[in-house]
Amino acid sequence: MSDCCTPAAFQPPELPAASLGEFRTIALIGPPNSGKSTLFNRLTGLRQKVANYPGVTVEQRMGRMAGIDRDDLVLIDLPGIYSLDPFSEDARVSIDVLKGNMPGTPKPDAVLLVMDSLHLTRQLMLAAPILGLGLPTLVLLNMTDLMEARGGVVDALKLAEELGAPVARVSATQGTGLDAIQIFLNRHRGVSNTDDVPHPFTLPVLGNAMSTHVWAAQVSSKTGYQAPLSAKNTQKVDGILLHRVWGPLLFLAVVFGVFEVVFSIGQPLSDGFGDVLAKAGGYVAAFVPEGWMRSLLLDGAWKGVSSVLVFLPQILLLFLFIGILEDTGYLARAALIADRVMRTIGLNGKAFIPLLSAYACAVPAIMATRTIENKRDRLATILVTPFMTCSARLPVYMLLIAAFIPNLTFLGGLVGLRTLVMLGLYLMGFVAAMTTAWLLKSSILKSSETPFILELPQYRMPTLRSMGLRLVDRAQVFLYQAGTVILCVTLALWVLAHLPIHGGKTPELAESLIGKLGHVIEPAIAPLGFNWKIGIGLLTSVLAREVMVGTMGTLYGADPQTQAESLQTALHHDLPLGGAVALMVFFAFAMQCTSTMAVVRRETNSWKWPAIQFLWMLVLAYGGAWVANWVVTAVWG
Amino acid sequence: MRVLSDLRVGEVGRLVELTLPAGVQNHLMHMGFVPNALVRVVHRAPAGDPTVYGVDGIEIALRRETARSIRVTAPEAVVAQAAELAEAV
Repeated sequence: MSDCCTPAAFQPPELPAASLGEFRTIALIGPPNSGKSTLFNRLTGLRQKVANYPGVTVEQRMGRMAGIDRDDLVLIDLPGIYSLDPFSEDARVSIDVLKGNMPGTPKPDAVLLVMDSLHLTRQLMLAAPILGLGLPTLVLLNMTDLMEARGGVVDALKLAEELGAPVARVSATQGTGLDAIQIFLNRHRGVSNTDDVPHPFTLPVLGNAMSTHVWAAQVSSKTGYQAPLSAKNTQKVDGILLHRVWGPLLFLAVVFGVFEVVFSIGQPLSDGFGDVLAKAGGYVAAFVPEGWMRSLLLDGAWKGVSSVLVFLPQILLLFLFIGILEDTGYLARAALIADRVMRTIGLNGKAFIPLLSAYACAVPAIMATRTIENKRDRLATILVTPFMTCSARLPVYMLLIAAFIPNLTFLGGLVGLRTLVMLGLYLMGFVAAMTTAWLLKSSILKSSETPFILELPQYRMPTLRSMGLRLVDRAQVFLYQAGTVILCVTLALWVLAHLPIHGGKTPELAESLIGKLGHVIEPAIAPLGFNWKIGIGLLTSVLAREVMVGTMGTLYGADPQTQAESLQTALHHDLPLGGAVALMVFFAFAMQCTSTMAVVRRETNSWKWPAIQFLWMLVLAYGGAWVANWVVTAVWG
Repeated sequence: MRVLSDLRVGEVGRLVELTLPAGVQNHLMHMGFVPNALVRVVHRAPAGDPTVYGVDGIEIALRRETARSIRVTAPEAVVAQAAELAEAV
């Protein structure tokens, strides 16, 4: 439930009443990575995720075209397709929507066909089947500015003639040329669209790749299309990033660097932010009369919520890094490098893209598995994705590491012990994912190998705007989560910690309702080195992992003995080292996220798989934590 | 006749024929792997496989077993053949 994490269901906007023949629904279609979602965001003013790799959009999205003052029209953004023969699940979505076979999504009345003008000849192959659908179509040559800057040429007028459809040059990133879309839409206002459908005569026999290609090549040469010089930069950069030695080394260096940055820059930021929050809480509390109300607000709600909020800087740093990976185009290279490892466990490199984005959040990552062509490969990837260390685990790890792991450095301050522990936890999740995938792929999900076919996008410099928007969106989701789920949980905990009232006096924490509940479950978790407060945290964190931190904040805040201490100090005194390490291991493996379970159910269409997944992860978590507690206690206890 | 996986990094081949399952073949052809297309070997992944091929201005990574089912000739061979034909005529 952490972050992103309302399973990406959406409400189709209510359709405006329209007279016969008028446009109501417009579909955006085109080959993968041609800029459809960027254009969608321009035209609707929404913020659909965009990045630089094929397969970012995996489901249909609808929005009103408010960006160009046409609120009466609904625009549908679709996953990219190469042809009308679906090769993967995401392409099937597009084709179903275009043909009006998608329940809940209206059949489009018109089509905006987006083509990357840097590779026009190949992109034209899609124009044939799309125009063949017979819907009014506007062809949008995207990135013409970039193409011309690199010496490319195309005669748009001639292209329109050849296709029998209007053609416009646009730049989705710059937002230029959008008035052509206005004109196209206005021209059809009130006109019966059947009269206006252009019938191209030159279309080839549909469904045959060879004839479509010959046709596309002919059209492209008739329009005088000259492909721009390919950007040599991409090949130069790849010469290093895909180098036999430097490639993997750089990859590891970057990963290690990120964790160092999260600690060395993120921790001071987070501490400073924590001080500000504590001061703000104290300031507000001064206005609330002393008594149970102040205790509820300050010790209950504020301590719980702010103990999670302080991790905002680190989470934003992590997202910044993942954003850079996605927007530059490196993600596809990582998949290429990983293919070798992935094939030994029976998957292919394509599965690595969702797994890497799961470092942010498992929910969109599970959606992203739709790009994996083989059904069994896709299911295996879905089942192991929650092992990847998502950003909701970060607050738990950061809190426990800061409280229990000494701040030692090696190699002259270059390598910190805390960074190593963090890396170890990330590695543990990754190994669990790989091992589970291997087990699945060599037993119940065995299948013949599917070929690995991956288009590598050209490198692009991420824009400040897109990075900024990503971080703002992320911060909003995080704050929303803290203000809703975590706030509710902490308020409920505070109340339970102060009941039952005997003779006008609130009970000792251990004697309260929450204390009694904690003591009931204590025997089950005592072998792991956990106390009853941790047990309560494990219960609440089933909602979402970071609720654990909020729960600890409230429980230690409600206890008069630990009220004055920081959460780190309180934990340090209350939990043995073995229990602390065991708790980190538990979080590395356990499935504590209702949003993930919901999306797994949706994508696999049954409760069977999320149930199996939950149990398997629980078994690993419990077993791993037990071993960790035993070993740590034996060695350092 | 050579296959795509025989080419070394930097070499260019002219595609002759694909012999792959229909779905895969159709997909590849829509990506630009059509007979007569010029295919260039751009990079190999650090582990030696998959390999990145440049076709029609874009880069596509394929594993060796897929590239093995794509037959190519040297680009000059076609020119030479055409020249021979012209002479014969």
